[in-house]
Amino acid sequence: MTASVQRTRTIISAASKPGLPHHIKLRHDPGRGRWHVLAPERVFEPDAIAVEILKRCDDQRTVQSIADELANEYNAPVENIIADVISMLQELADKGVVKA
Amino acid sequence: MNEIAPLEHFADAPVEAACSRAPIGLLAELTHRCPLQCPYCSNPLELDRVNQELTTAEWQDIMRQAADLGILQIHLSGGEPTVRKDLEDIVEVAAKAGLYTNLITAGVTLTRDRLKKLKDLGLDHVQLSIQDVNEANAEKISAYKNGLAKKRELGKWVREFDMPLTINAPIHRHNIENLPAIIDFAVEMGAGRLEVAHIQYYAWALKNRAALMPSRAQVYKTNEIVEEAKVRLKGILVFDFVVPDYYAKTPKPCMGGWGRGIMNINPSGKVLPCHAAESVPGLEFDNVKTKRLADIWLKGQAFQMYRGPSWMKEPCKGCPRAEIDFGGCRCQAMAFTGDATNTDPACKFSPHHAAFVAAAEAESGVANPPNFLYRRLGGAKGSPDSAVETE
Repeated sequence: MTASVQRTRTIISAASKPGLPHHIKLRHDPGRGRWHVLAPERVFEPDAIAVEILKRCDDQRTVQSIADELANEYNAPVENIIADVISMLQELADKGVVKA
Repeated sequence: MNEIAPLEHFADAPVEAACSRAPIGLLAELTHRCPLQCPYCSNPLELDRVNQELTTAEWQDIMRQAADLGILQIHLSGGEPTVRKDLEDIVEVAAKAGLYTNLITAGVTLTRDRLKKLKDLGLDHVQLSIQDVNEANAEKISAYKNGLAKKRELGKWVREFDMPLTINAPIHRHNIENLPAIIDFAVEMGAGRLEVAHIQYYAWALKNRAALMPSRAQVYKTNEIVEEAKVRLKGILVFDFVVPDYYAKTPKPCMGGWGRGIMNINPSGKVLPCHAAESVPGLEFDNVKTKRLADIWLKGQAFQMYRGPSWMKEPCKGCPRAEIDFGGCRCQAMAFTGDATNTDPACKFSPHHAAFVAAAEAESGVANPPNFLYRRLGGAKGSPDSAVETE
């Protein structure tokens, strides 16, 4: 089985180490001055917070550590942030944009 | 995170902001040649011949221009794009220019070595069309022997090379009952996406409408099957559903709106707002041989003609959905009502809607539909007389 073949649903938890599959590209578009996620026959337009999360999806950091970093950076309670991070990453995993 | 909504307020934006108004996608029809002869072929009635096709260097230049213009994704299509021996040279330049490259193929002419090479050169994604999962029926639809086995083999190579795969399944009365098996096939092939694409009846497909149209009950059943499968296969298979116009109440936002998100270049270099746009009279199509892509997109007569809401008349004019569905499809309005400025007959507010629905109901209600008019490059003049009838 190869990484592009998804046989079971990925469930995101605080311990997950999310990453982008190699065929998903988070790219800054200088012409439009914003970030895009390029996916098979789809282009997504992440908002600023989604970009910050996706930049940290490197297969190394856990969801918990991503939330910790963001809580620190934005001076917000980590309990609130982690729920948002999990729900966003779960949605993206269901769209095939994030793996873990 | 939203899917992108391209090109807001196109007409108001300054020309210098070209990049912000660039199309998201470019459909590059590298050739009209195809080994298959599907009766619902989406290519225009008049096919470009091989000696009219753009050269390798011309396509490579288009890829560079597209990236400069701000286009993000290239859909390499046809006909069958792999019949061009220089596909690798085009993909290489597209990938180097930073474009997301998508190969749209029937999968019967591609070899393992070529696929590997395409991947190494930067091909991002493969979309594989299937005619059916029943071999005999697939042969009947495509007039091509042993196609399904070749597609299975391609699927195996795609998995071996760890490439993402979309299965595209055009749906009509001859395969609609097999939808559950088609979904299973997509999972078995390791696809991440499945397009359940009800046939869009333009161009050649319109000639075969009576042979292909499913019933309303069959169409509704496909909705149920897809909705159930979406839940069951959440996180495994993403579904794309191309709605069947004839049983709809509102039209689809064809191409995401005319001249808004997508441009199409045909094999001889004509730049079209959509692949069927040549069926709309009064449009002047520029060619990449004589003008720059950005210029054509921003100022080309064919793009400006139906861009935005200014061309609309009632019931589109003033309709709250005018900038949601953009009046639907110009080509369908032309084909069914004889006037491209009419609202798409798929819209319940169209005075032609009742006749549109009645045509589908009458044709799908016939127990023995007519034979297919197969699509052959030899029949490029578009006359049904030059097509081959079988069965």
